[in-house]
Amino acid sequence: MNPPPDTHTLLLLLFIFVLALFLGRELITKVPSQLHTPLMSGSNAISGITIVGAILAAGSEGAFSTALGVVALVAATINVVGGYLVTDRMLGMFKKGGR
Amino acid sequence: MSVLTNLLYIAASVFFIYGLKMLGRADTARRGNLVSAIGMLLAVVATLLVGGLNLVWVAVGVLVGAAIGAVAAYRVKMTAMPEMVALFNGSGGLASLLVGWAEYHRALLTPTFTAVAIFFAVLIGGVAFTGSLVAFGKLSERLPGRPILFPNQHLYNAALGALALAFGAMFALAPDTVGGYLAFALALLAALVLGVTLVIPIGGADMPIVISLLNAYSGIAASAAGFVLQNNVLIVAGSLVGASGLILTSIMCKAMNRSLTNVLFGGFGAAQGASAAGGAQGEVRAITADDAYFLLEAASNVLIVPGYGMAVAQAQHAVKELADLLEENGAEVRYAIHPVAGRMPGHMNVLLAEANVPYEQLVEPDDVNPTMDAVDVAIVIGANDVVNPAARENPGSPLYGMPIIDVDRARTVFVLKRSLASGFSGVENPLFFKENARMLFGDAKGTVSQLVAAFKEALRDAA
Repeated sequence: MNPPPDTHTLLLLLFIFVLALFLGRELITKVPSQLHTPLMSGSNAISGITIVGAILAAGSEGAFSTALGVVALVAATINVVGGYLVTDRMLGMFKKGGR
Repeated sequence: MSVLTNLLYIAASVFFIYGLKMLGRADTARRGNLVSAIGMLLAVVATLLVGGLNLVWVAVGVLVGAAIGAVAAYRVKMTAMPEMVALFNGSGGLASLLVGWAEYHRALLTPTFTAVAIFFAVLIGGVAFTGSLVAFGKLSERLPGRPILFPNQHLYNAALGALALAFGAMFALAPDTVGGYLAFALALLAALVLGVTLVIPIGGADMPIVISLLNAYSGIAASAAGFVLQNNVLIVAGSLVGASGLILTSIMCKAMNRSLTNVLFGGFGAAQGASAAGGAQGEVRAITADDAYFLLEAASNVLIVPGYGMAVAQAQHAVKELADLLEENGAEVRYAIHPVAGRMPGHMNVLLAEANVPYEQLVEPDDVNPTMDAVDVAIVIGANDVVNPAARENPGSPLYGMPIIDVDRARTVFVLKRSLASGFSGVENPLFFKENARMLFGDAKGTVSQLVAAFKEALRDAA
């Protein structure tokens, strides 16, 4: 699926990586402490983005790769679906109890 | 990758960024979570648009995973939230590991750079996976919560890490050979073992930090998988999570006045019990719930300090009931929340929110400590380390320097505990022996319910 990456592509990917790290840092500074748990659980759900890679692996050729991909997909989907739902449940209580 | 897919990936990244930003503010947090979820849906749809995928297997994986995730999320009790988040986090790490492996197995002959990325996806994903499982075990008390130490532990861990790197290098240099595959398998194994050996020496009191750090790891692992697939959205989303997880980790460390190295390598509280016991001697005054009622009845300023014990006993609803009765009786009631109380950052806030405690009544240590002299009764419910005056008074204590809630300066302190045992940090608490401290032994929920019953009885008698 992927041609061997050239130096140009690699540098661009690294560039994106570094920028996103700084962006993540900027986004999260000064979060009130009552939001730490939902924030962590919500960002945990985002780390399930690996679901994209799992879909590609599960849908590709080759029995063993597909098997690995399907297990990866199950695990990633648990992370995504469970993570978002549980965060929503928590935040729902916050609203009710709050103002 | 088609242009459309890539454009959708950009849109998904924007949703993640906005979602994360909104999650950081109380009034927009719930919508932020939804925005982020829409981003995830976009990313999934965009990926399905890539042609040539066997959609049957994709459908199977998504349906099974979604069913498990949804049932787990709806069934979990709020008190069990930390271990649930740990499990979810572990499954994310496992997914990144498997994506790396699948990609390697499919192509075998991979460029060195891709092989290195595969190695990191497997290494970090593996550590996040087994590390989270150990954290889950400790939090759900399937494993002992205290630090598990053995001699030269750090040396073994360092050696194991070095071994993993060496196998990784052997693999990356010749990925298409049998030896290369073997090195890959050994690196994978080393990563799984490393996740276990890195987390078992960390005690329960440090779990909020570990959970937050493992969360960052699974983000970085997803990012590494993105390098494997040369996929932008994986890199962006993964590093957003990685960076925010690291920030949260450093906030937690500051709240305990400790360095990350100290948390990771300290084996906190495993051996210090004896050395810290010197200052913690004297007489303990136990009282009954009925006696406690009379003191509470006369109190006009009450401070409640919840900890993990409240979570275990699931006493949050009873506590709220008691607080309501106290307020009816004319007392001002506040809850002092220490950032690391419980087993997850902000754990107490979640539990109190579940019991409908108004947000305005929650106060942080910095705000409550200056007013401590005006507090008639401080009720400590299953919290130990966050109220331990040794942190202020005893330079020899492992807790020394950690900002605490100064309940020992209140007129009277009720300590609700099952026994005199030390907290998860393993450090003895001189608070119990102070002149103004009264021990209310028993399960927190039972004790609070007795207090509630005493109040109700008095109200009935008055009527």
